[in-house]
Amino acid sequence: MAELYLPSTLQPLFAGLPRRLEVDAATVDQALDRLEERWPGFRDRLCEPGPELRRHIHVYVDRERATLDTALEERSRVDVIAAISGG
Amino acid sequence: MSKTLVMVGTRKGCFMLESNERRQEWQLRGPYCEAWPIYHAVHDADTGAIYAAGASEWHGASIWRSLDRGETWTQSSEGLEYGNSGLKLSKVSGLTAAHGRLFAGAEMPGVFESRDGGQTWNVLSTLDGQPGSESWNDPANQPPGHLGVPAILPHPEDPARYWAIVQGIGIFETTDDGTSWTPRNHGLRADWPLENPEVGYCVHKLVMSPMDSDRLYQQNHVGMHRSDDAGLTWTEISDGLPTEFGFAAGAHPHDRDTFYVIPLDPGHGRCMPDGSAAVWRTRDAGATWQRLDDGLPQQDAHVGVLREGMAVDTHEVPGVYFGTSTGQVFASVDEGQSWREIASYLPGIASVEVAIVD
Repeated sequence: MAELYLPSTLQPLFAGLPRRLEVDAATVDQALDRLEERWPGFRDRLCEPGPELRRHIHVYVDRERATLDTALEERSRVDVIAAISGG
Repeated sequence: MSKTLVMVGTRKGCFMLESNERRQEWQLRGPYCEAWPIYHAVHDADTGAIYAAGASEWHGASIWRSLDRGETWTQSSEGLEYGNSGLKLSKVSGLTAAHGRLFAGAEMPGVFESRDGGQTWNVLSTLDGQPGSESWNDPANQPPGHLGVPAILPHPEDPARYWAIVQGIGIFETTDDGTSWTPRNHGLRADWPLENPEVGYCVHKLVMSPMDSDRLYQQNHVGMHRSDDAGLTWTEISDGLPTEFGFAAGAHPHDRDTFYVIPLDPGHGRCMPDGSAAVWRTRDAGATWQRLDDGLPQQDAHVGVLREGMAVDTHEVPGVYFGTSTGQVFASVDEGQSWREIASYLPGIASVEVAIVD
């Protein structure tokens, strides 16, 4: 199970969504699919058609910058960051 | 007793201003929509729902909905995309509720509809094949942001008939629910070379008289214009105004000849001329104009008002409202004769709409 850490900006959009949760997935893309199943619309808030991550959404897997295709290990830590943007 | 509800879309969320029929005391609520930038918030008179078009720098474009006058909100963007067509949706800039459905105008240019109260969307048209469409997504032709469809004007009786503005290109009319379109820009002026005289006009705001669906007004980049034949032909009515430039416009609910505009400095500042705030009104369909500034700041007021920044209510003596780039909302309850500031220190305002609700 990968451990996922989400930005605080997502919680108000989806009832019951925690900041930290465990997901059984082989890639970042699959992890987002798992969350989409539980919170419909979740994927749209992080991804654009393509699909690709939105410009100001950064994902790190075990502290390395990741893409949707990045593989997850059994105990990977996945950080989703709402990057600095605007003022 | 009914309430008067002013919906304000700002750079940092949606706000509600609420009053009774007298419109003397106002209560401000907000920010809503998680303080996302809100480009347009509208009321659907059929259902009572409020919809707000937002686009977060982080989380993209979505349409928010409130069923309780703004107290609580949900959002959805399901279907609000162009898929893998190569077109990218950066934001929804205009919303319209009409005939039991909701329209959204988007950047890149496209018209979306929802038939389930904003829960799901589908693209009705990208106006493919229309003159100008071959190059309006070319990056070389873009202003800051992207050209889009900022507004859709519905026909009051015919659900299949509506008008869409494409920024910098002009007005297009459909009478078959978006299957085909016709440019409606005859008589408009352009102060730049046109490759095709059918298009290339910079229409900022299009409004229809609630008393006469053939009577349209538009604030253009160059001039105020009126149509008496539902957009087939246009006549310029700029004489008497301090500038020909502006964004916002509003139609009187009970008089087809009365119409409001806010002229701005056409240069880069795009603020009210000379730091002196005023709304201008015609009562004779543009033959003459009156400056309305009683109660508005007349010195050092370098404020702008955007295309959706003015609204007119439907009370017997209509109220007029506008919101500024510097976060003030001004209201008149006597058809624009006198004004009062009803909100201050809001984030920069993109839109003001008003509804009378139970």
